[in-house]
Amino acid sequence: MAELNNKERMRIKRHKMPKQEPEQRIKNFNEVNSGYTEELAVAEANRCIQCKNSPCIAGCPVSINIPKFIKLISERKHKEAAAVIKIDNALPAVCGRVCPQEEQCEKVCVLAKRGEPVAIGNLERWAADWERKNIGLQIPNKKPSTGKRIAVVGAGPAGISCAGDLAQMGHKVTVFEALHSTGGVLIYGIPEFRLPKKIVNIEIEALAKMGVEFITNCVIGLTETVDELLERFDAVFIGVGAGLPYFMNIPGEHLNGVYSANEFLTRVNLMKAYTFPIADTPMFDVKNKVVAVFGGGNTAMDAVRTSLRLGAKRAMVIYRRTEAEMPARIEEIKHAKEEGVEFCLLAAPTEFIGNENGWLSSARLQKMKLGEADSSGRRRPVPIEGDVEDIAIQTAIIAIGNGSNPIIHNTTPDLNVNKWGNILVEKDSMKTNKKGVFAGGDIVTGGATVILAMGAGRTAAKSINNYLNNPDAW
Amino acid sequence: MNKILETRLLAPAIKLFKVEALKIAKKRKAGQFIILRVREDGERIPLTIADSNIEEGSITFIVQGVGKTTKQLNSLEAGDFISDIVGPLGRPSRIENFGTAVSIGGGVGAAIAYPTAKALKEAGNYVISIVGGRSKEFVILEDEMKATSDEFYPCTDDGTYGFHGFVTQKLQQLIDSGKKIDYVLAIGPIPMMEGVANVTKPYRIETSASLNTIMVDGTGMCGGCRVIVGGKTKFACVDGPEFDAHEVDFKILSNRNKMYLTQEQTSEDEHSCFLDKMYEKGKANG
Ligand SMILES: Cc1cc2nc3c(=O)[nH]c(=O)nc-3n(C[C@H](O)[C@H](O)[C@H](O)COP(=O)(O)OP(=O)(O)OC[C@H]3O[C@@H](n4cnc5c(N)ncnc54)[C@H](O)[C@@H]3O)c2cc1C
Ligand code: SF4
Ligand code: FES
Repeated sequence: MAELNNKERMRIKRHKMPKQEPEQRIKNFNEVNSGYTEELAVAEANRCIQCKNSPCIAGCPVSINIPKFIKLISERKHKEAAAVIKIDNALPAVCGRVCPQEEQCEKVCVLAKRGEPVAIGNLERWAADWERKNIGLQIPNKKPSTGKRIAVVGAGPAGISCAGDLAQMGHKVTVFEALHSTGGVLIYGIPEFRLPKKIVNIEIEALAKMGVEFITNCVIGLTETVDELLERFDAVFIGVGAGLPYFMNIPGEHLNGVYSANEFLTRVNLMKAYTFPIADTPMFDVKNKVVAVFGGGNTAMDAVRTSLRLGAKRAMVIYRRTEAEMPARIEEIKHAKEEGVEFCLLAAPTEFIGNENGWLSSARLQKMKLGEADSSGRRRPVPIEGDVEDIAIQTAIIAIGNGSNPIIHNTTPDLNVNKWGNILVEKDSMKTNKKGVFAGGDIVTGGATVILAMGAGRTAAKSINNYLNNPDAW
Repeated sequence: MNKILETRLLAPAIKLFKVEALKIAKKRKAGQFIILRVREDGERIPLTIADSNIEEGSITFIVQGVGKTTKQLNSLEAGDFISDIVGPLGRPSRIENFGTAVSIGGGVGAAIAYPTAKALKEAGNYVISIVGGRSKEFVILEDEMKATSDEFYPCTDDGTYGFHGFVTQKLQQLIDSGKKIDYVLAIGPIPMMEGVANVTKPYRIETSASLNTIMVDGTGMCGGCRVIVGGKTKFACVDGPEFDAHEVDFKILSNRNKMYLTQEQTSEDEHSCFLDKMYEKGKANG
């Protein structure tokens, strides 16, 4: 194709992601998006005008060289494109699917001002999928062994990226994971229809091939303590996530049929309850029931769309602010609407009401309006006095966020945490106050994103490497 | 994978397992539990650690075959493997020198009470053990219990052995006889624990109950194990499993434990005929 000029590039319309139709996809757990074809990927890559100052790079939390990899795709050099991404991002097939691009790189893309931004996330996914399907995940070269040993606690995105980088630097890494499977939220939280588990497992296998050792069924703090790890390892990285579900503390929250999103999603994803009785873990039957999910983040969207796939008669999201304030990715909200999820906005539950058998039968909702902005800059919902409504529901799923799990800090009393239990670190080095111990990901920031957790793991890996070279300079 | 070293049938459908698990053996304290999966795709179930042996690197637990998973587990023998075991989970039992401590175990609860009774004895308490069962054959771990108790009272519902009646009645009898009791630990079916709490409350005897809630992860991540204690939500897996029995809302506990009953029935019924074909198919698909 002849070289396009910028005007021509900017005339090309953004290419839509091919996907399963809503009527079809709510009947299965297969991935909704099927990914670009090569022609679509190249055509989309041609939209990028290769800006000199490339604001997209600054918009990316791990500063991927976005114009460079996009140009390589436009030249059909997909292997090279994947390699460019992997310089900065250890899990591109995951991030291409779950990053909130509209808040990051695509938000600041020059084309966004004149129409639609380049579909950077879709292209990232394309390059990563191409590599995996055509040549297999490329295992990066490892530096010669340093003889140093590092323990990584938690096999979520933070731990995985930290482990991968340290292994490349020639260190011997052992990852300890509490659950029977590795991957953290990528495995137990985010559903199959958004992120196939196979993709996560292949990424983790690649780490194992690089010599990273994984020990599952090991709760650090209980099976072994951080101090015991420090006796056997030269450094410890803690990436245990934000895994303690918040409840609303309203009457009736203990009724049967009321779940935390973590329990609901874990039963479905990790324990494969959707194949019950093939898998042994039962799941309260939502078939032909009315399901309400409380919250407005990705977790809420995942839970509500999962309940549709399990056969819910009606599935709704109940959120106390408006759609504009919802923290979920725009694509997830869009997909949920296409699938028939109802949105009940500016409403908050004040009570769950049960039947004589102790099962949930309805929720009492207090209607809200938006008031002044709060400290997060979002307008605070305030109750409209007297405007209360009962709605009949049989399942309630609470998705209002997670606090920090206390096991590590209860068993490592000399580790500094803030009043919410988040581990305190030096921002540029991820060092905690305890010598040889680093931390990153949701346990430090509170519930955030995959890419921020990975970025933290990566920063920690560099800093651990420096520390191992010069332990006296803590 | 954890290897089964030894099994022993203690009573009909109640089986003792000794399993290889060195790290857990080293760490566990009385009152803590493990979560296991019998096989890939299996359910995660909590079981209290009854004993451990550091030299052997083994832990012991006792299983009553009531649901699909526990029955599957009970079909295993020495030499077989268990897919996953994680632990020790939960907080250890409260062990202090209270003075006179009564340990009450109903059904397989006797096995769960045993390690705590032993620890209470080692802490210097005068230990009275009350163990209940439907009939003589369900009174388990008698020798072990006797060895760690100053007084030992088996009770049976049908009177085939020991005291004829419920453990709560035996406890009331001891109180009525003027025995000074400083601490009571109750482990067993929910109505029994609630009954014990009701007996001791008027006398203000400190009483703990070890709660057997629904669990998934056992690390505080899912909230499925939540219970109400003193009006507050607690997670049995990280805040418990032992709580002040006078503060526990037993009604909610018992209700929540029934949550999956009908489905578990399905699971068991359909299992035998369904499993072999579908399990293979399920694996091929995913
Ligand atoms: C349902 C859901 C949907 C989401 N969707 C998105 C999305 O679309 N895009 C996005 O960017 N982000 C999303 N997020 C957020 C994102 O998943 C998290 O920010 C990210 O996974 C955090 O990574 P982490 O490594 O810090 O922790 P985690 O992924 O939580 O991993 C921590 C791991 O540590 C293990 N662990 C915990 N305690 C111990 C211990 N004591 N010893 C050993 N192991 C331990 C845990 O079992 C877990 O495997 C979502 C979150 C949820 C729950
Ligand atoms: S800002 Fe948009 S157009 Fe400019 S280089 Fe980045 S992706 Fe390309
Ligand atoms: S079992 Fe999941 S939080 Fe207790």
